[in-house]
Amino acid sequence: MNDVLLNIKNLKTSFRIKDDYYAAVDDVSLTVRKNEVLAIVGESGSGKSAFAFSIMGLHTRAKIEGEIDYKGINLAKANANQMKKLRGNEMGMIFQDALSALNPLMVVGAQIDEAILLHNPKSSKSLRKKQVINLLNQVGIPRPEKTYDQYPHELSGGMRQRIVIAMAISNQPELLIADEPTTALDVTIQSQILDLIKELKETIHAGIILITHDLGVVAEMADRVAVMYAGQIVEIADVYTLMENPQHPYTRSLLNSIPTLNEVKEELHVIQGVVPSLQNLPRTGCRFAARIPWIEESAHEASPELHEISPGHYVRCTCYKDFYFPEQAEEERNYVAN
Amino acid sequence: MWKLIVRRTLITIPQIIILSILVFILAQAMPGDALTGLIDPNIDPATIEAMRERLGLNNPWYVQYFDWIKGVIQGDFGQSFRFKMPVSELIGDRMINTLWLSLATLILTYLIAIPLGIISGRFNDTWLDRMITGYTYIGFAAPLFIFALVMLFIFGFQLGWFPTSGSVAPGTEPGTFAYFISKLNHLLLPALSMALITTVSTVQYLRSEIIDTKQKDFIVTARAKGSSESRVYNRHVLRNSLLPIAAFFGYEITGLIGGTIFIENIFGYPGMGELFLSSISLRDYSVMTALVLLFGLAAIIGALLSDIILSLVDPRIRIK
Ligand SMILES: Nc1ncnc2c1ncn2[C@@H]1O[C@H](COP(=O)(O)OP(=O)(O)OP(=O)(O)O)[C@@H](O)[C@H]1O
Ligand code: SF4
Ligand SMILES: [Mg+2]
Repeated sequence: MNDVLLNIKNLKTSFRIKDDYYAAVDDVSLTVRKNEVLAIVGESGSGKSAFAFSIMGLHTRAKIEGEIDYKGINLAKANANQMKKLRGNEMGMIFQDALSALNPLMVVGAQIDEAILLHNPKSSKSLRKKQVINLLNQVGIPRPEKTYDQYPHELSGGMRQRIVIAMAISNQPELLIADEPTTALDVTIQSQILDLIKELKETIHAGIILITHDLGVVAEMADRVAVMYAGQIVEIADVYTLMENPQHPYTRSLLNSIPTLNEVKEELHVIQGVVPSLQNLPRTGCRFAARIPWIEESAHEASPELHEISPGHYVRCTCYKDFYFPEQAEEERNYVAN
Repeated sequence: MWKLIVRRTLITIPQIIILSILVFILAQAMPGDALTGLIDPNIDPATIEAMRERLGLNNPWYVQYFDWIKGVIQGDFGQSFRFKMPVSELIGDRMINTLWLSLATLILTYLIAIPLGIISGRFNDTWLDRMITGYTYIGFAAPLFIFALVMLFIFGFQLGWFPTSGSVAPGTEPGTFAYFISKLNHLLLPALSMALITTVSTVQYLRSEIIDTKQKDFIVTARAKGSSESRVYNRHVLRNSLLPIAAFFGYEITGLIGGTIFIENIFGYPGMGELFLSSISLRDYSVMTALVLLFGLAAIIGALLSDIILSLVDPRIRIK
């Protein structure tokens, strides 16, 4: 397949805490193709941002191992100069909190202008201004000329996120990483921003990595989904398979925890606990086992690995076959009893 | 923005009025009055009483207050009781000297603080940073007057590089180049002594401002746009950290007032601070009150300047 844009193999990103390195991204392998939206889902702390930052080379103090092959360049080994040319040019990034992602002391127009200038050092000021205005139009800003000269705090949250998006796409990137682009926004604004990203997908033909913990967003936007838990991919599949036929206990728990309107028991399915911190993460055996204590110890694999269970559908470990929700078992027991 | 500046400036009016009332009360509370410095205390009490009446010194306090204010506005602070000359004349030259000393100190303060703060902030937790923060701790711990005495002893008396008192060598013709150099030479040691100590708070402030800015999300954005590290520093980190430093400027002025009082006395530099201490020890009350009023005014103007600069440089404040 030569439409593969990004081919990540055994990526491991570790942070130094005191005297040891702890992996926040552990042995992640996946591909991103042109024109596709790959969603990465997982709870807070599962390593999604650490993963995105590794691709962009934005970690300042992390050990990165493995291979991040972008069009023949291994980003994990690329030098500062190579990365500088790619970042903001071929690879754009949209951040979660637009207010803090923008420089408070610069008008937003100048911030977008800077993104263009950095990769077109010979371009004229007036041409760039036109480009910025076009971009502002493209991301749906009603009065671009006026907005150009405004400071971030003068804009609404939705407008600010549009600015961040305009900045990320200012040089027609081939790879766009959106790290929870809507979490900081109101629900109505959220859907507007998602519509915008969908629209961009059609126009800029980039490969998009969409990071989120909202499975509703995934269902609406993604072509393929990778589920991340404690730094590892636990399941990866196309969006239909994953939604209709989830296998890994973690994926199933996540899907179960989406509140539905006529679901009374929803609370029962919400998985207890949180992702353990880096230092407290079990490094041997299964990382999720602690959160499904009702499953017998013997059911877990000693060192769970990703298995391809059907074409393009990977699940970590084989013991998912024995997984059940506790109340399911109870229902069954009741059923048998009656 | 202009609205904000006008409003902020208007606030100084009540501040100045309160200051003037306080100073007036202070002046009233002190023994003696405007007459004391003018006349020979041996004249006949009846004549004195007549003069008091004529000068309005028997009027109710608020009438006296307005009379006093009227005089102050016209630059009339009364008569120095010790020097037998108008206070305004006495202060005039010394004020110029103090202004020069303060200006030199300010320039040196920033010349020291900006490079040290930048190095220390950019390369925090390296040995360079540790040396610089070590210096700032010493600066915080060392009392200014002791440090100044040490400087005076070493560079003035032992090495003889600088004059040990005065503001200009006697006999130099004002307006000549030699006069200017001599003035500068007299300024340098006191200004440097003061700057070396007062600069440490600016160094620390700049350092923590830079360290703080370095970790901001918009710095990551700047990198994600493809900025080189040097551009990230010059365009985003430095710019955003230096602006709050600019606002510090006004408060430096307030700090200088206290500093000059010590420094001018130790270096025998004829400025307002030196005059202030000597007027206290000589019980030259009219001089004292005039100086307190001027120091107070400087502090009010300093705070005003800070706020105006801050509103000019920070758009988030500009709007409110
Ligand atoms: N610079 C760092 N140094 C040390 N630990 C870090 C660093 N960055 C992230 N971590 C840790 O790595 C783990 C993964 O963090 P990450 O920010 O990638 O999670 P996330 O999935 O993006 O979560 P969220 O949904 O909250 O954004 C967390 O335990 C976090 O505390
Ligand atoms: S061993 Fe398998 S079933 Fe058990 S928790 Fe881990 S992945 Fe799930
Ligand atoms: Mg994150």
